[in-house]
Amino acid sequence: MNVELLYWEGCPSHPQALADLRAALDSLGLGDLPVALTRVEDDEQVRATGFVGSPTIRVDGADAFPPADDEPLGLACRVYRLPDGRVSPTPDPGQLRDALALMLP
Amino acid sequence: MTDTVPAFTLPDTDGTPTSLSPESAAATVVVFTCNHCPYALAWHDRLNDVARDYAASGVRLLYVNSNDAERYPRDSLAAMTERVERGEFAAPYLHDQSQAVARRWEARTTPDVFVVGPDGTLAYRGAPDADHGDPALRAQWLRTALDDLLAGRPVTNPRTEPVGCSIKWRP
Repeated sequence: MNVELLYWEGCPSHPQALADLRAALDSLGLGDLPVALTRVEDDEQVRATGFVGSPTIRVDGADAFPPADDEPLGLACRVYRLPDGRVSPTPDPGQLRDALALMLP
Repeated sequence: MTDTVPAFTLPDTDGTPTSLSPESAAATVVVFTCNHCPYALAWHDRLNDVARDYAASGVRLLYVNSNDAERYPRDSLAAMTERVERGEFAAPYLHDQSQAVARRWEARTTPDVFVVGPDGTLAYRGAPDADHGDPALRAQWLRTALDDLLAGRPVTNPRTEPVGCSIKWRP
């Protein structure tokens, strides 16, 4: 299994996203699973990776929070929605855990 | 940026020129913001509440979008106008298409909050409060700065670190 965090330095959310991701993996008994960090730096890399914003978490290439079909690619902060409807720069930790539980063995 | 902020005149979403004119208000709050940034969106309601709560005290709030709309179409004038027409702004939303104002003000993030006194000097610059994720904080750093300024006191904490998405500069 390949767990990957794609991020852009222009958005300050990736340290929190990484901490939440590691906590979610740990809660699933997968704390030893490595997380690959991919820093996206330019438009060429945006296109090559299909980057819709920072942070993006993928398992074997599949987005843990699949974006809408019309979600634009770009070096930007990604918008997540919390269960209560509020906007957040990182996924809700509970929703992240649930998403990973469905994607990981 | 020096303590005296640079003047500006920018169009709102109707094209009406709007000037900073700090002498016309007891205090002026300038918020660099945008449409697509989760930090700006997370703090937005709290900033609107400040605009409403302090209007009777003579405080004027101006939102400014300086992002490069060519590379970030969600920050276009059309997208700004849609949000204004949906009633999402309690204060004018100005378009800094050339990015000249953001550069002169040395704005860094969305949001980036500036409080200006009636004499045109900068009284506060930074984040609205300590946590974009906690609405209960109610933009308290900004409110404290306004309370101090309106009371004629030195602002307790005149500088905090702005937190948010980087301003999207043109290449």
